[in-house]
Amino acid sequence: MAFGPYLLLASLEGLVTAAVLALMALGLSLVFGVMRVVNVAHGEFYMLGAVIAWWSASLISGHPALGFLLALVVSPLIVAAIALLSDRLVLRRLNYEPQATIVATIGLLYIIQQLALTFYGPDARPVQAPFDMRLALPWFGYSAYKLAIIAASIFLIIATWIGLTRTKAGLVMRATQSDPDTAQAFGIPVDRVYAVVFALGAGMAALAAVLIVPIQQAHYLMGQDPLLLSFVVVIIGGLGSLRGTVVAALFIGLSDGIISMFFSPTLAKMLATLLVALVLVFRPQGLFGTAAR
Amino acid sequence: MTPGTKALWVHLCLVVLLFALNFLLPEYHRGILSRVMVLSVFAMGYNLAFGYAGMLSLGHAMFFAAGLYGAGLTAYHLGWSVWPAFGAGFAAGTILAVIAGILALRTKGVAFMIVTLMFAQTFYLATLYFTTYTRGEEGLVLPQSARALSLFGISFSLTDPTVRYMLALVLLALVLFALLLLVRSSFGRALVAIRENEERMRMLGYDVFANKLSALIVSAAVCASAGAAYALLFGYAGSGFASIQYSILPLLWVLLGGAATTLGPIFGTLFMFYAVDITSSYTDAYMVVVGLALILLILYFPKGIAGAIRERWLPWLP
Repeated sequence: MAFGPYLLLASLEGLVTAAVLALMALGLSLVFGVMRVVNVAHGEFYMLGAVIAWWSASLISGHPALGFLLALVVSPLIVAAIALLSDRLVLRRLNYEPQATIVATIGLLYIIQQLALTFYGPDARPVQAPFDMRLALPWFGYSAYKLAIIAASIFLIIATWIGLTRTKAGLVMRATQSDPDTAQAFGIPVDRVYAVVFALGAGMAALAAVLIVPIQQAHYLMGQDPLLLSFVVVIIGGLGSLRGTVVAALFIGLSDGIISMFFSPTLAKMLATLLVALVLVFRPQGLFGTAAR
Repeated sequence: MTPGTKALWVHLCLVVLLFALNFLLPEYHRGILSRVMVLSVFAMGYNLAFGYAGMLSLGHAMFFAAGLYGAGLTAYHLGWSVWPAFGAGFAAGTILAVIAGILALRTKGVAFMIVTLMFAQTFYLATLYFTTYTRGEEGLVLPQSARALSLFGISFSLTDPTVRYMLALVLLALVLFALLLLVRSSFGRALVAIRENEERMRMLGYDVFANKLSALIVSAAVCASAGAAYALLFGYAGSGFASIQYSILPLLWVLLGGAATTLGPIFGTLFMFYAVDITSSYTDAYMVVVGLALILLILYFPKGIAGAIRERWLPWLP
């Protein structure tokens, strides 16, 4: 294969990564933006999403699309319910104090991971893609499902954006984000908004996982790398800025796809991590964010 | 007795008790206790940064591992003997802390946590990337010859359990009393004041940055000596010790034992070690124990064991 098509393949793979990453990071960013909570367990919600997708797809025999559709509905709902429960049982009792919640979500991370290992096991298991089609490009064939992931992600991002900017619920969330005390004074149930946002963020991670699980198998440790990457995305995009998050996901996904195709993935990860730390040191508001309040 | 001498006696008694335990405990528990003592030095170092100065770092594995590899690599590849190798580990951690501190202390709160986490992750990935030298996850096993210590003309082998136990105890005692002095000095009190109200300290004319940086460097130096001691005493250096888990564990130990108490880190490490040891004989799911412990601690005992003792019964405990 010549260099051009090779680059095209790398960019397509990068776009798929970016699509999933954007969804996951959007959840993380939403939780951070509205609640000021750094959810370290976000990667585990993603992993749970994939594991539950495998479980619900295995319930149905017949056409693979049926199992996939069931997973698409069930998995985010269950994960959101678990997130809601952990918000009620743990985070709310800590009054969403930033440092305490980080410690608590680290605890959550360990518990979820271990339970997944105990009940799901150490094996990686696949979910069948809803349709099996290859688009014949002049140089190589490419899975149509991967392109569908990109389309679905774009759709979901636009839906989130509309939800946040054009609906009452979005208005309530933005009000809570900019000043929880005043929002409370105007009769907004800040407590309930937090719970919904936390569940929503976890649900988005689960949704991203359901989309990816037909091309990347479900495994109990699969949450770690995406967690780090979505931190990277959220920080570079500016903590709490949705537009920045999407742009950064595109940038990171594409460069990850291209760099790891041409260089050592460990080196790529190492440089990316260091770069992000330095961005945070010298430009704490992120590359696209506005100055911190 | 003044509170100061009372505290000194309590610390002395603990050290004597640990010394006596060497002759009372069976082999297996002596082995565990030597490990616990080295790791509680790690926790004590972390406690200075987190408990006293209020810097919640999620990257202290980097300093521990710098000590571990500083000693391990020089002993393994260059054939350095115990003292120079220990010095190399100590120096590696301290120098790393100066660089990391100058950068990371430009941020605070959540950003500081993430920056330290990222630095430590970079260090961890580096230990994997240079796998020709570090042998990555598999790790280096130090040869017998690298673990012979000569002291006052007598030569000891670090593979001997009693020598190992005593050296771990000496390190623990040195660090314990040094930190006891440090936290009761004006520097230690300034750190606590910075933790409580940074703005006010700045207004009073303290150089907050310099104080925090010095605290971080001392903390890292203690952690690095724990790492170097670990590599030399137990003859192993692997990249697992640089992973995120080893940044979380000292936080857990300190929270459990009591942040900003001199004895807390020892209690916390000891308790957690035995909790995992006992539960893992019933189930493999020891990570659930760690996770639940973290959540329950932060919910119900944010002050930890020694913190609760100080609050209820012994207000003079440092």
